[in-house]
Amino acid sequence: MTPAPSPHPTSPVPRPSAFARLTSGLHRLANPGRFTRLAAQLQPWLTVPGVLLTLAGLVWGLVYAPADWQQGDAVRIMYVHVPAAWLASAGYAALAACSLVSLVWRHPLADLAAAEIGPVGAAVTALCLATGSLWGRPMWGAWWVWDARLTSVLVLLFLYLGHFSLVRAFDDPRRGYRAAAVLALAGAVDLPIIKFSVQWWNTLHQPDSITLTGAPTMALSMLWPLLVTALGMSLGFAAIVLGRLRASVMEQRLRSLLLSRAGAGRRVAARTAGLQADTLDGRGEMVAP
Amino acid sequence: MTRKSRRLWLVGACALGLGSATTLALAAFRQDIVFFMAPSQLLAAEPAAGRTIRLGGMVVAGSLHEEHAPDGTPIARFAVTDGQKAITVRYAGILPDLFREGQSVVALGSLAADRSFRASEVLAKHDETYMPKDVADALRRSGKWDPRFGPPPSAASWNNMTAAARPATDRPVAADAPGAPAGRS
Repeated sequence: MTPAPSPHPTSPVPRPSAFARLTSGLHRLANPGRFTRLAAQLQPWLTVPGVLLTLAGLVWGLVYAPADWQQGDAVRIMYVHVPAAWLASAGYAALAACSLVSLVWRHPLADLAAAEIGPVGAAVTALCLATGSLWGRPMWGAWWVWDARLTSVLVLLFLYLGHFSLVRAFDDPRRGYRAAAVLALAGAVDLPIIKFSVQWWNTLHQPDSITLTGAPTMALSMLWPLLVTALGMSLGFAAIVLGRLRASVMEQRLRSLLLSRAGAGRRVAARTAGLQADTLDGRGEMVAP
Repeated sequence: MTRKSRRLWLVGACALGLGSATTLALAAFRQDIVFFMAPSQLLAAEPAAGRTIRLGGMVVAGSLHEEHAPDGTPIARFAVTDGQKAITVRYAGILPDLFREGQSVVALGSLAADRSFRASEVLAKHDETYMPKDVADALRRSGKWDPRFGPPPSAASWNNMTAAARPATDRPVAADAPGAPAGRS
């Protein structure tokens, strides 16, 4: 936003700080009107590929991919379990990011987004735990063990459930959002523990087969369907969250519209008929007759 | 400093404090968070006889002996190693499906006076390798890997191998199967 193009990035010409630019960018993006329009355009591009890729990846993995030499067909649980586990962590990272934006920039859209990510994230975490348990019984010989990986993911589920409850625990929704954001940020400390639990400690859970740094220890014929399913489920996760968020924004708008109409109605009624506004409670909401 | 940047610094400071507190707590409880102890750790720690512990490691090739008690209960005796020390484990009961020589296992039980391990529960530990059956067969036939001696070689060396791979063409001169598991087992 400098008036003249400067040859050096560190020129003495005053320019907005990175912080200020980030803030203004966030606000432009998070303008509810702009968001509603953008989200409506984005929705089909998430939903359609999400459904198609998930179905394709699941059919590929559950029917056509080879069985493992040792696990047999039980390996196919991986095609649901691993994407669910990735999404459980990624969803919580998104929840924590929204909470940070909410606490620092006080942006209402971030509050709504955090509240909508929570239940979806809890569902994939529960799916991850359930499929893992189904796999563990025939493979390990136990439905559940208290090793570091399993325990830290169970803690993640409780964090999601705690966030879900805390958002809805206050009469004043803003207080609920504030408290839940603090919980979500504090709980983010669980994410590195989940990620590195299989490296830091002896666990029964196997270490990661797919890492950013090394070659995968998985046959390509199994890796491809896994990646397709993971991409599809990620898009599907985003589509569900976006759909919920759009509904939530519209609900919010509807409520404020009703509120202002009720407020206007109260003033008109009080003026014309001299009635007390006893059909409205303290917050201006309609009381059921 | 605006109120927003002050809040950002505040959140950052809280995150730093919470993060260091968690790191310290996890470091302090390191011994209690591990799910199992390796044989060399267990023998070095000298736990009291009868204390319940979990022993983890690889089942030594050729060490598995199975018999049946008079009432028909299967009784298994096998050695578990981490590449440095080995401990003999006795277990009465049905072993999990994935149990085999060369597999990593975790046994719950206690160390007896004769330094053998009496297990009341045995779990199989799967490693991070996922491999179709035909690839495993091809690897075995080519002599590049014997499942009884530990985890398979890195996936890069077998990912293009299929059932069509002719084992005769790449038969090694000597069996170079790893005698000890690489790293953690």
